[in-house]
Amino acid sequence: MKATPRDPQILTVPGGERAATTVIEIAGLVKKFGDFVAVDHISFAVEEGIVFAFLGPNGAGKTTTIKMLTTVLSPSGGSMRLAGIDPLSEPLLARRAFGIVFQDPTLDDELTAFENMELHGILYGVPRRERRERIAALLSLVALSERAHDLVKKFSGGMRRRLEIARALVHRPKILFLDEPTSGLDPQTRNQIWQYIRELCRERKVTVFFTTHYMEEAERVADRIAIIDHGRIVAQGSPQELTRRTEQKTLEDAFIALTGRDIREEEAAPIDRMRMMRRVWRGRR
Amino acid sequence: MKAVAILWLRQLKRYSRSRVRMVGSLGQPLLFLLALGFGLGPIFSRAGAGDYIEFLSPGIITMGILFTAVFSGIEIIWDRQFGFLKETLVAPVSRLTIVLGRALGGATVALIQGLIVFAICLLAGFRVADPRLLPLALLFMFLIALLFTAIGTALGSVLEDMQGFPLIMNFFVLPLFFFSNALFPIKGLPKALLFAVSLNPLSYGVDGLRVALTGSPLSGFLPDLAVLGVLTAALLALSSYLFSRIEL
Ligand SMILES: Nc1ncnc2c1ncn2[C@@H]1O[C@H](COP(=O)(O)OP(=O)(O)OP(=O)(O)O)[C@@H](O)[C@H]1O
Ligand SMILES: [Mg+2]
Repeated sequence: MKATPRDPQILTVPGGERAATTVIEIAGLVKKFGDFVAVDHISFAVEEGIVFAFLGPNGAGKTTTIKMLTTVLSPSGGSMRLAGIDPLSEPLLARRAFGIVFQDPTLDDELTAFENMELHGILYGVPRRERRERIAALLSLVALSERAHDLVKKFSGGMRRRLEIARALVHRPKILFLDEPTSGLDPQTRNQIWQYIRELCRERKVTVFFTTHYMEEAERVADRIAIIDHGRIVAQGSPQELTRRTEQKTLEDAFIALTGRDIREEEAAPIDRMRMMRRVWRGRR
Repeated sequence: MKAVAILWLRQLKRYSRSRVRMVGSLGQPLLFLLALGFGLGPIFSRAGAGDYIEFLSPGIITMGILFTAVFSGIEIIWDRQFGFLKETLVAPVSRLTIVLGRALGGATVALIQGLIVFAICLLAGFRVADPRLLPLALLFMFLIALLFTAIGTALGSVLEDMQGFPLIMNFFVLPLFFFSNALFPIKGLPKALLFAVSLNPLSYGVDGLRVALTGSPLSGFLPDLAVLGVLTAALLALSSYLFSRIEL
């Protein structure tokens, strides 16, 4: 993408040193489902090029926040900025700036891995030559080159996840949203995935915004953390700051200290219930 | 536009990879053609109405298109459940682009299905009156396909899950088919039935296709074309409006 006046890179200070710029900015964001307030006036900012973990118990409002940031759900109030763009008024422009891996799979099972990537590249208007080069490079990055022309329905959960991450990068987004990218994956695959993502962050200055329920994972990879509970931000800071502030040894203990020990009851929307059933089905096989 | 083309291509690939679906949706038209065509044929000609297979075939071709088209449109629900819809919703293309790609893809699939039924009708003894009118027949088949894919897309955008599907089949698609001129001529119908048939958009498709394939009153196809064209445009607009309201 060409640099526009909105582009955060313009904010480079004359000396050549880059000032820390924010790429994600949320102010007073609210989402109500009927009377229920899923996201309750949250505000925070994420700096460019960092790995940001968005943590919280089940039903806290993480996915809902990500959906609003990525233009698939309209907020009930508040404002957002992604790479300087307001996704509410300029959704098409904002969508070019981010890549996303949703909590639930979004691949087309009846297409091959390559076809899924190709379709993505075309939808994002990546010219043919670059598209082919990037797809080849990304597939090899996630170790799927040999399976490029197999139908996705033959893939394991880990392979699908890797493919989704690779696909989200075909258009070179500035921001990468990952909603529970490693849930249900074995430790090998998880490590592999985080290795890729960290490399990406370092090499291309991609900002990573992710959620997870694995606290040791967040502690290991995140530069900054925000914790959300019942739709409200209850704490923010680096992993070290959070453990220090709560006087705990690990992030997991800090998390429990901040969000309590209760198990969250939540009522799933019909479509989520269906997905859950599907997951149970899959798991049984 | 490239985005429209790739979404169109996706539908075709999915169709060509699913033989079961292809064969499965031929069952019903085949059943109607054979049972009704040969079963009622003798009575039909004894009543002086001519050859029933010749009358029925355009109706059966339309049936093949209708079912496949509505189903292709409603497939949005699957894409929603299996998640792929999200991938298109976060892409930097307008909702109209997505709807057009899907609708054209679904319509092409339905058209192919219609051509297969057409071939089966030929095997069953159907004869085309004037091969020069075949392009007109294709145009009608495609318009029917596009109109009903658009209707399916509109329905699929409103429904949350597949539970409503039997409802739509039994209370919308089948009545559309039966209360049209697909199976019987409209001459001498009871008033109420005639009214229903002439309100039914499918009748205009069947009529146009029948004109193109059997050559009978050629003057009749322009109004058919106008009705179908206007309705198709309106339904495409409606379905992209409803589609744009989808939230996940
Ligand atoms: N479409 C919807 N309609 C009604 N309520 C919803 C809808 N989507 C989410 N919710 C509710 O909003 C709350 C927040 O859900 P959300 O999916 O954002 O949680 P989460 O933090 O992502 O949880 P998890 O860790 O389990 O994925 C939950 O109570 C959920 O039931
Ligand atoms: Mg979630």
